[in-house]
Amino acid sequence: MSRVVTLKINDQDVSGREDETILELARENGIFVPTLCHLEGLSDIGACRLCLIEIKGVPKLMPACVVRAQEGMEVYTESERLKKYRRMVIELLFVEGNHVCSVCVSNGHCELQYLAQKLGVDHIRLEYRSPKREVDASHERFVLDHNRCILCTRCVRVCGEVEGAHTWDLLGRGIQSRVITDLNQPWGDAESCTSCGKCVQVCPTGALTAKGKAVGEMTKHQGFLTTLALMRENDR
Amino acid sequence: MTQQILIDPVTRIEGHAKITIQLNDAGDVEDAHFHVTQLRGFEKFCEGRPFHEMPSLMARICGICPVSHLVASAKACDALLAVTIPPTAANLRRVLNLAQIAQSHALSFFYLSSPDLLLGMDADIEKRNLFGVAQMQPQLARDGVRLRQMGQQIIELLGGKRIHPAWVVPGGVSEPLSSEKRDRILAMLPEGIEISARTLDWFKSVMENYADEILAFSSLKTMFLGLTNEHDELEMYDGLLRIMDADGRIVADGLNPDDYEQFITEKVEPWTYLKSPFYKPLGYPAGIYRVGPLARLNLVKSCGTPRADEALGYFRTLDSQSSFHYHYARLIEILYCFEKIDELLHTPDILSDRVRAHAEPNSEQGVGTSEAPRGTLLHHYQIDQNGLITRANLIIATGHNNYAMDRSVMQVAKRYVKSAHLTEGMLNRVEAVIRTFDPCLSCSTHAVGQMALQIQLIAPDGGVIEEVKR
Ligand code: SF4
Ligand code: FES
Repeated sequence: MSRVVTLKINDQDVSGREDETILELARENGIFVPTLCHLEGLSDIGACRLCLIEIKGVPKLMPACVVRAQEGMEVYTESERLKKYRRMVIELLFVEGNHVCSVCVSNGHCELQYLAQKLGVDHIRLEYRSPKREVDASHERFVLDHNRCILCTRCVRVCGEVEGAHTWDLLGRGIQSRVITDLNQPWGDAESCTSCGKCVQVCPTGALTAKGKAVGEMTKHQGFLTTLALMRENDR
Repeated sequence: MTQQILIDPVTRIEGHAKITIQLNDAGDVEDAHFHVTQLRGFEKFCEGRPFHEMPSLMARICGICPVSHLVASAKACDALLAVTIPPTAANLRRVLNLAQIAQSHALSFFYLSSPDLLLGMDADIEKRNLFGVAQMQPQLARDGVRLRQMGQQIIELLGGKRIHPAWVVPGGVSEPLSSEKRDRILAMLPEGIEISARTLDWFKSVMENYADEILAFSSLKTMFLGLTNEHDELEMYDGLLRIMDADGRIVADGLNPDDYEQFITEKVEPWTYLKSPFYKPLGYPAGIYRVGPLARLNLVKSCGTPRADEALGYFRTLDSQSSFHYHYARLIEILYCFEKIDELLHTPDILSDRVRAHAEPNSEQGVGTSEAPRGTLLHHYQIDQNGLITRANLIIATGHNNYAMDRSVMQVAKRYVKSAHLTEGMLNRVEAVIRTFDPCLSCSTHAVGQMALQIQLIAPDGGVIEEVKR
């Protein structure tokens, strides 16, 4: 049984178990921390850097999704510095791919769009890269649009950790990275894919969608993840 | 010494264009052209996109008539699915398109052209705008604003948004109409009908002031093209194409838009980015035609709604070839739109829940057509086996009118531009003939531009002799 610790978030006293992350503690206490790569029910990788927080005495900013609670910690989630970094992260995501909300199937139901609005990203100060990226529509039921992928790897994790198929993976480095199915085959030819659709549901943007959706029609349902996780815990 | 007059850009139209007028040694007009100077390349950048995105993507071509693109595009997608959409969905799309036509026509007539018509072609440039109209005849300006607002409100009630509603989807529409919304739309219609009828009366009363322009705007004779239905009535959504010649003879009838490539082809001219479509069998330029309100009303027997048909009676007494009468035709169509919406909203199954057909893509290409405010619109898509667009071809209303606009500019310039000395009224008439077509260059080249007017007299060596700026 893990120990209970007491700490401060934004000068508010909170307590939790020492195996809990700051993100979990913050959410339990109704404190908003933006996230993109994190999804409850999946492992955390600290990749998107949106959940950055300040910890007193630590010069670096730390990702709340992977930092565990410690006795006496003093955490801040809303400083001007953090807000600046978060906005920058979102702007970088926008310029890296091709995100045209107005003609996207996920318009109005997109986590990236929601966070941009919530964090006050009202314009982009950087130049758009406008890369030429492809759409893989070879799967019978789903579409992958690389233009809208932010490389959060939720699809990779849900497929490996929950479905157990491990159809998805990452290929390439840096700006060249992209998600692939099987050994970089068209999705429709990926034999390991069970067509369960979990990747589509967890994808935060319009990168993975059901086929045949018109603009703004793609809504996602992620509740299944926590239910599955809970059921598995009970089985153990 | 030959000289060139340049009107750049043309004002009070949708989009960006310029006019050049070439003068000869005697100072008379030698030639004139209408140039569309932008290119947007929508056809190119939709390649590789899933076809289900096309309606909303294509709607972005235009902020004035997005609905017409939405409808034509969705119809092309229906053809890719190879489905017949539920009749309620078709009627709801019809209502949306009619509301769109009404609001766009109101914009053209009241906002863009009524300053010329009320204040006169030679009126002070500072006053020759909607504010000038509001000062002199507040009721007219109010009517214009109200008509446009009603059209927009109907679109918003149906589609959830005024400018780019995503409600029209491949296979139908995404949501049925509620009785509450239907009643709200129905409640607006009597006022729309009344305003349209009032404006028609007013316009009739001032038309004789423009006898000279009516004549000058009619020196170009062309054929007309448009959709019509099996009752020989005005048809904005479905139906088959008809082509009528300048003498009112039907040249071709029952043309299926799906086969448009067999009878329409496009000519590229060096002075403009906008291609000129023409009727293939007659060749170029004999196969040139006009589209839009004037064409539509000329080639049908009736509108199919009582009050519009009454107004059509008077229209029949006018010179069917004069582009000036685009204005009157536009007003009749506004009246028709409100009457027709009323009729459609009273069809028994208009509130039905069956508004969308679902299917996989079953055809590798599809053509969709509709009548946009400015005329016939054609969208043609081809897809690969995964449903990604491999080719898109669009023929836009303003495109059809391109050659006619170009030649009209020439005729009007010949009539009014007499010497190398420029007057406002003279150039305004050249622009006014373009405005009768209500061209939307954003649509046709898929370009957007901020409008200001610059007129230059240019000598053969390229030097600017005289310049007028607005
Ligand atoms: S496809 Fe979606 S879930 Fe997968 S990495 Fe890209 S954005 Fe994340
Ligand atoms: S949510 Fe913590 S780094 Fe992405």
